[in-house]
Amino acid sequence: MALTTAAAAWAGGYRISLQGQKQLAMGHTGTAVVNSAEVLFFNPAGAVFLPDRFNFSIGGNLLFARTGFQNETYNWRASTENMGTPFEAYLSYKTTDWLALGLAVYSPYGSAVEWDRDWVGSHLVNNIDLKAIYIQPIASVKLSDKFSVGGGPIFVTGGVEFNRNLTRSLTNEQGMRSDVTIEDKGVTAWGWSAGFMFNPTDKVRLGVNYRSEITMEARGGAATFHDLPAFAQAIYTNTQFDADLPLPAELSAGISVALSDKWLVAFDYNHAYWNVYEALTVKFANGTPTSVNPRNYKDASTYRVGAQFKPNDKFAFRAGWYFDESPVQDGYFAPETPRNDSMGFTGGLTYQIMPKFGIDFSFLYLHFDEVDNSYNYFNEDGQNVSFGGTYKNVVFSPGLGVTYSF
Amino acid sequence: MGVAGCEPEFENEVTNASYSAGEADFSRYVAVGNSLTAGFMDGTVFRSGQMYSFPNLLAQQFALVGGGAFTQPSYADDVNNLGGLPLPGFNTRLIIDASAGGPEPIQGTTSITLTPQATAFNNMGVPGAKSFHLLAAGYGNAAGLSAGLANPYFVRMATNPNTTVLADAMSLNPTFFTNWIGANDVLAYATSGGVGVDQTGNMNPATYGGNDITDPTVFASVYSTIVNTLTSNGAKGVVATIPYVTSIPYFTTVPYAPLTAEALGGAENITALNTQLYGPLKQVLTALGQGDRVNMLSTETPNPVLIKDEALANLQVQLTAAFTPLVGAQTAAFIGATYGQARQATSADLILLTTSSVIGSAPAGVPAPFNIFGVTYPLQDQHVLTNAEKTLANSATDNFNATIRAIAASKDLAVADMNAILGALVEGLRLEDGQIYTANYFSTERLSTTLFSLDGIHPNARGYALVASEVIKVINEHYGAHLPLVSPAYLPGATVLPSN
Repeated sequence: MALTTAAAAWAGGYRISLQGQKQLAMGHTGTAVVNSAEVLFFNPAGAVFLPDRFNFSIGGNLLFARTGFQNETYNWRASTENMGTPFEAYLSYKTTDWLALGLAVYSPYGSAVEWDRDWVGSHLVNNIDLKAIYIQPIASVKLSDKFSVGGGPIFVTGGVEFNRNLTRSLTNEQGMRSDVTIEDKGVTAWGWSAGFMFNPTDKVRLGVNYRSEITMEARGGAATFHDLPAFAQAIYTNTQFDADLPLPAELSAGISVALSDKWLVAFDYNHAYWNVYEALTVKFANGTPTSVNPRNYKDASTYRVGAQFKPNDKFAFRAGWYFDESPVQDGYFAPETPRNDSMGFTGGLTYQIMPKFGIDFSFLYLHFDEVDNSYNYFNEDGQNVSFGGTYKNVVFSPGLGVTYSF
Repeated sequence: MGVAGCEPEFENEVTNASYSAGEADFSRYVAVGNSLTAGFMDGTVFRSGQMYSFPNLLAQQFALVGGGAFTQPSYADDVNNLGGLPLPGFNTRLIIDASAGGPEPIQGTTSITLTPQATAFNNMGVPGAKSFHLLAAGYGNAAGLSAGLANPYFVRMATNPNTTVLADAMSLNPTFFTNWIGANDVLAYATSGGVGVDQTGNMNPATYGGNDITDPTVFASVYSTIVNTLTSNGAKGVVATIPYVTSIPYFTTVPYAPLTAEALGGAENITALNTQLYGPLKQVLTALGQGDRVNMLSTETPNPVLIKDEALANLQVQLTAAFTPLVGAQTAAFIGATYGQARQATSADLILLTTSSVIGSAPAGVPAPFNIFGVTYPLQDQHVLTNAEKTLANSATDNFNATIRAIAASKDLAVADMNAILGALVEGLRLEDGQIYTANYFSTERLSTTLFSLDGIHPNARGYALVASEVIKVINEHYGAHLPLVSPAYLPGATVLPSN
């Protein structure tokens, strides 16, 4: 697979809601939508309701995230521009009328932010690159025409690379800022997701899906110090580190209503259990003091609405909107994931080249209000100090996918 | 990626146009003053440290609102960044030698020369200058160095041998100035441990010794001349007050009672000292009605150092007489001479930073057991700023500061109250980012939050950023300007080397 998953963090924390071109265009609803193999992500229970025996969807996005930062008190100005390419691939196969099996590969969490080296917030982050790819075999079982369940184990493989300066002023003898990189690749973990779908009428579907928390346990990663002054080389030596990074559980509930043969509307509610992310704690194998970086995230909800209009067999048009709460609380607003609440505006279309083969286009624009906030927990000589200012984000993402089914 | 139209845009984007000069005109900014203006730190001026002089930091902010180029005396000859001057007593910059502990001059020989640069610089800070030196012709004449009439730092700068600091400053036709002069008019007395004299009443500064306190009338007259001259072309500016000695780590770091039982060699030693020296001494002094000069040494709590206080009645004769029957005439005469004005220090006395290495050392030519400075031999006048000397210094400071304020008010100049700012450091000064800076002289636990350089008198780069920010605050307030502050946090602190 030629695509890579280096995605800029947007939406709450480092969650990236870009798991299907059709559903993204509908405001990333889908817990109660049976449209394509994308349902393997949104609610695996729905796969068995797909009309075709074989369904394949693959797609990817170009994710552009820009953040501006300024602080008028000190005349600080900084900006960062990052691009990511999250992707997804879904394959489902209906073995019998009541059982569908599938395989889903997607990247719901990630973050790539690179500020100018030694920028004014470099004691918090110079750059971060966090990747997590989910690989999930799925079974979807129809218990009746009105009710199905589905789910499967999730295998996660990922890695993290993070660099920041050690303090706000420490340099080596040449004036180069002292910094540390922690890096661990090939971290793996297991989780699961499961859901059910209920169709009270042939026009209405209800769905609930739960994806478990998965903790990425980096063990024995490399901690590398750079540009230390000679005296500090006795204090900081290259070593190994352990750190846990939670990928929080998410509960989704949705409803979709077919208003007519041509019109479908859908609503989703997502609740992400971010409160598990209390602190990024990095323990070092040698005597280097443990680094505790409070995060104190709160649970966050997302409210989504989407619509689909299919005037004929060739075209489908989609639009949606959502409101995404940030899990970051006031005073914990770090430039590593500098996101506040946002509103997503989505649109897209499918062109069905052949009855079996269609191309999906999607577009997302995320609107952020500018926000005055700060991270108040950087410990310097035993005292917590604050770093903050005004942040403004712009995120947009065109996406492209293909769907093949028969 | 070339996808246009989606730049983050702020409602009020911070640009250079966000800032303004108000009524001030920063196109030709000139700073006059002493070491605090020159960027002196760690006991000297060195190439990289000079960049962080507070006027240079200010000028970078002024540049946002029409400030012109800002020049400083060249230290390009400081190729190894060691500071110092090719003269006795002007050491290389202080560093922390991690293997040894305390600050010491960095290894190496200065490459700085006294070659006249014969240029008027925007930074006219001259380390060591007192108020009247700014008006002293010949202060930059190398021929006057040996007689103490000239200042080597000004020798490097002066446009000609007969010019004055103020004349060179005025040759740049300043539109804006800072004037932070006067600290040495009292601080030199204090750093000498009060060895100098208070010259109140002596109107001729040419007769003053280097460690004397300037007469207040002379100070007022000189200060007035400086300010009148600086404002003669309509320039606006900021003047700064002089800090109390009690705000300066040089005077507040070494405790008055550092002599723990451990430092004194244990309980046995303390008993011996009490039996042989402190006990008899206290007994005799008590008989003379001066028993509170000395108390018995304690094994429990740290004991004060023994000091000589010239303000005390000299009991040499009485002590000699009292001790003669006990130890014989010769030793008794020595005791009388040594302890005639001795007492233990109190919390009101300030032990100088440089005295920390004197305590416990042996005074030259003194026989045992009287040869332990601070324990069996009193610290001398130059080691301690006694309470009386401190009071004299602080009241002179009050006097000079009142003069500074009055003259500033008469010219409607802004006043940066550096005395109040540095005073706040004693209690802990909380800055906008929440960090609390203190006057803690140095501890490795506070490497990132020490504002004073290793000489204990001058700020480090971080401290000069604080000074610059305080000056900016009064400029913003007084002249209706809007200038950004300088965060101290990002500037360097002490140089620590694994060995020297």
